[in-house]
Amino acid sequence: MSNPQPRLLEVRKNVLKQNDVLARALRERFHAHGTFVVSLVSSPGTGKTAFLESTLRSLRQRFRVAALVGDLATDNDAARLARSQAPVKQITTGTLCHLEAAMVQNSLEGWNVGELDFLFIENVGNLVCPSSYDLGENLRLVLLSVTEGEDKPLKYPTIFNSADVAVITKMDLAAAVEFDEAAVMANIHAVRPGIQVFKVSAKTGAGMDGYLHFLAQRRAELRSVVAIQS
Amino acid sequence: MKAVSGMHELSIAMSIVQMAEEEATQRNVRVSAVHLKLGMLSGVVKEALLFSYGIACDGTLLQGSQLLIEEVPVEVFCDTCQGNRKLASMQWFACPDCGTATPMVVHGKELEVTALEIQ
Repeated sequence: MSNPQPRLLEVRKNVLKQNDVLARALRERFHAHGTFVVSLVSSPGTGKTAFLESTLRSLRQRFRVAALVGDLATDNDAARLARSQAPVKQITTGTLCHLEAAMVQNSLEGWNVGELDFLFIENVGNLVCPSSYDLGENLRLVLLSVTEGEDKPLKYPTIFNSADVAVITKMDLAAAVEFDEAAVMANIHAVRPGIQVFKVSAKTGAGMDGYLHFLAQRRAELRSVVAIQS
Repeated sequence: MKAVSGMHELSIAMSIVQMAEEEATQRNVRVSAVHLKLGMLSGVVKEALLFSYGIACDGTLLQGSQLLIEEVPVEVFCDTCQGNRKLASMQWFACPDCGTATPMVVHGKELEVTALEIQ
């Protein structure tokens, strides 16, 4: 401390660089194997697990599917998802409120990614923290149920803006809770113009076909890109 | 990677401290302040980060240092005006001049250490 006058040292460092580098490597690995990766984010209680269970059940008839599921403390979700007969691994995050690329990478150990057509990653129920972390996914789905406030997209613009697709769940309850569909659609599009929105009920299956068809189509598009490149 | 429940700002603060410590050790200097660019769409809350920073610095070479945050507003590209425009509201991703809705975010996701004040 011979010089008490502070100097300014310029550095340019992305704080999440480590995560971003890992996520990029994961994305390249998935891409090389033709594995289409979908992550799910929502509040706790939106119905991510029921929605994912239904997704896995349907897709596994035609595709090789697997899921990673993040949770703070329990493996209840993994047990529920395992009923679909698809391979499922739990990532218990302890006190951490979101998944990071390193956790995805670690939990893939022992799995042959090349044998998967689809990998789903269910994030911890949280609409704030997961938005900053790239997991190497191809699509990020943000879920919102009809029982939540119509203004939720406005309250959490960052996560809605970072998503590629929005899914409105529990549509079977829409009438009972006087769900204002026009308001929700307007709010979603206000914070993420042009985003594709699916309205589904995992319970009745309504709307699931359109969404599953969309996933298959997106995966086929990715495969054709891989084919051209190789 | 331990963080207090529901707050990822602490793990982010720890990454910032770790980065600055590495620089300080390499250059054999003392860091008195860290300058950070924080985008309004980064998903990180300024107040929570400032609070966490103090905790993250405890017992490190950065103890007693300051975190100086420059908030970066969200800027989008407007296809109609053919230029970058600052959003008037985080609840409305549209050009403030012509009203065209746009999902093209140019700035606002920054989470970047830009400079260190050293002694």
